Amino acid sequence: MSDTHAQSVAFVRDTMIPEQSPPATEAGAIKWVRDNLFSGWLNSILTILSLYFIYLIVTNAYPWFANGIWNTSSLAECREMLDGMTGACFSVLTERWNQLLFGFQYPTDAYWRPTLAFVLLIVALVPVLYPKAPRQMLIFTALFPFIGYWLIWGGTLLTPLVVLAGFGAGYLAFKRFERQSFAMGMFAGLAATIVVIWAGMILPNLMPGFLALEVVESRNLGGFMLNMILGTVCVSLSLPFGIVLALGRQSSMPIIKWICIIFIEFIRGVPLITLLFVANVVLAYFFPPGSNIDLVLRVIIMITAFASAYIAEVIRGGLAALPRGQYEAADSLGLDYAQSMRLIILPQALKISIPGIVNVAVGLFKDTTLVAIISMFDLVGMIRGPILASTEWNGVYWELWGFAVFVFFIVCFSISKYSQWLERQLATDHR
Amino acid sequence: MSTYSDPPSGSFQLSMLVNDTRYRSYTFQFIALLFLVLGMAYLGWNLVQNLAAAGLDISYQFLGEPAGYDINQTLIPYTSQSTHWQASMVGVLNTLLVAFLGCIMATILGVVVGVLRLSNNWIVRQLMSIYVEIFRNVPVLIWILIIMAVFIAVLPQPRDFRGDSPEASMVLNSFAFTGRGFYAPAPIFGAGSSVVIAAFLASIAGIFAFKNYAKKALYDRGQIIPTLWPSIGLFFVPAIIAYFIMGRPITLEYPELTGFNFQGGIFMRNSLIALWFALSIYTAAFIAENVRAGILAVSKGQTEAAASLGLRPNRIMNLVVLPQALRVIIPPLISQYLNLTKNSSLAIAVGYMDLTGTLGGITLNQTGRAIEAILLLMLFYLTISLLISAFMNVYNNSVKLKER
Repeated sequence: MSDTHAQSVAFVRDTMIPEQSPPATEAGAIKWVRDNLFSGWLNSILTILSLYFIYLIVTNAYPWFANGIWNTSSLAECREMLDGMTGACFSVLTERWNQLLFGFQYPTDAYWRPTLAFVLLIVALVPVLYPKAPRQMLIFTALFPFIGYWLIWGGTLLTPLVVLAGFGAGYLAFKRFERQSFAMGMFAGLAATIVVIWAGMILPNLMPGFLALEVVESRNLGGFMLNMILGTVCVSLSLPFGIVLALGRQSSMPIIKWICIIFIEFIRGVPLITLLFVANVVLAYFFPPGSNIDLVLRVIIMITAFASAYIAEVIRGGLAALPRGQYEAADSLGLDYAQSMRLIILPQALKISIPGIVNVAVGLFKDTTLVAIISMFDLVGMIRGPILASTEWNGVYWELWGFAVFVFFIVCFSISKYSQWLERQLATDHR
Repeated sequence: MSTYSDPPSGSFQLSMLVNDTRYRSYTFQFIALLFLVLGMAYLGWNLVQNLAAAGLDISYQFLGEPAGYDINQTLIPYTSQSTHWQASMVGVLNTLLVAFLGCIMATILGVVVGVLRLSNNWIVRQLMSIYVEIFRNVPVLIWILIIMAVFIAVLPQPRDFRGDSPEASMVLNSFAFTGRGFYAPAPIFGAGSSVVIAAFLASIAGIFAFKNYAKKALYDRGQIIPTLWPSIGLFFVPAIIAYFIMGRPITLEYPELTGFNFQGGIFMRNSLIALWFALSIYTAAFIAENVRAGILAVSKGQTEAAASLGLRPNRIMNLVVLPQALRVIIPPLISQYLNLTKNSSLAIAVGYMDLTGTLGGITLNQTGRAIEAILLLMLFYLTISLLISAFMNVYNNSVKLKER
């Protein structure tokens, strides 16, 4: 081109112009602000409104936090120290810290026990939550329920040991009879467990002083500890029940299928609070006369039933989402029902169900606050009852409820973040 | 599970009940049924024994006896001399009232937040996700109690409205927001007001007919008839004309401050307001996530395809994106409504007299009929859930993709 028109064109550039930086309004922070905050009149209004809202919150909350008083023993004293300034009386948290955590009836000199149980719970959860943690730690996880029970409720160590021995015997019997058939193994395991526990319960009665801690009655549990106990116990118990119910609902046997459907739909159709009423006033009628099942255990039974119905629905979704070919492949390998479920179907179905299960777990943990309504003193019950009703701290709403919101938010938010992380870890498809 | 049957060999043996796939399922079902019946019988036997020991029986006669307690927020006439059954009905209506109000407000709030979470405005997006995360991750009971506490602590008491220079004043001289509850003007229907109401209902029917006609015109002849302004006109004009022709039959009764409290007008107790707000903002956080997921579920290709057909942005939204997004949004939305209804049973925490507060609360405590009362309570909630899920199944079938 330039050869033929060399005479007719006045100027031909034969070197590249060096790269220019973009205009100041089209680069860096300014461009980002223009694109993300002020891209149109509507967006600009929204941005300004949001900024004003944030400004309001910060200007109101900052002095409240900054002037916070942490070391008085009553609201009047705190108001006096504030002297008319805006400020929070966080001293209610420091003064009632133990009550918020453990309730107001747990023996004061035994606070180390639930604390230790909590630390051990975290250790026990590590191998469950992190697939890469050493597998040997699972042994401790299996032992933890018994240690935790002993630490929190006290009594002789023999009680949890006998139960542990029962489960051990059950496992051995299951292994022994599993070769014949899975169902046979299950029956043998169950029978062995029940027999060993029933026979072994003489031991704690014979030696009540063996490695005994001071006994704490269930009704003396309270505070955030109660929420944690109910949450962890009910979630872990409801998982196996949920799996069984889900498999039952998918079953081709009509009677088993309908039993599961009726149970699941009934539980899902009523609010948890009515089930807690059942635990509070009705359930005792269904136990043998003279038996004295305490309220915490009754509540655990009802919440577990509640959670397992929801978990069953989640797992059923996972089972239904598996391609038909997986079931057929398992059959064509000659696996029986129990084997194909354990080896092929459930591992995949449970993996798909993880987000749903975590949702149920978070919801359940939040719902443990409902026990406050049947006058148990969990975190909400403590705040509503003994603390806000006390003469020292009558009227400290924001600090206490803010604390409750903070605690629940931290726990629930980290659980849901963890589940997203786990989902990424377990993802085996290529995206 | 596929089943295969071997040719029958020899006579029937007992072991075949477990090992032969033809009989095994019957064996298992029989065992399950046996355990169920035995378990039920055991529980029933315990129940009978315990009731006998306590000198109780199962009877619903208490429903006909006078309740003897007052309910401070009722939709139907009720006095303390009314029966427990009427108290329960008040409770049912109160449950439905708060559930209805809550569903409306939660939907509006949830849709707005869900759409704003997809906004291209960074700061709005962040604020909305903070809202969603905070409200989803904290128990609804705590929100109910917080909002109740805030109402009582922040809003003025009726006595603050008194005097020449009161600390608080009514909004527009007709609304009073007090810590005890909200007061609003109540309509009083005079003679001839039925004509106004009839005109209003007729115009609503007219709007639907007009929309159908416009839709038919669009599908049959491709003619686009604008519907927005005619609908708005139809909504207001006939009722207003009827109102003036009939000589203003509907008047408003304003709440008046007499003594230490307001009289007249519509009164919504603080517990109702607190419950309503708390349930709404809590459920709205979940609805926002459903709305966001629904909009994201419509693939970008759909929008682009519609645009390449020459549709304008609002038509793309109305004709292509929304119908597809709604199919994803509505089923979880309805289950959120169901959750809201079930969560409304937490009313008992703030003393709002819904069914749990009347039948499951005071009636239960006064009569001691725990089993009967809780059974009725569960039946009520179960009926609502089953109705809603039946409705959901009908809806799901109607919007199911017609696959060939």
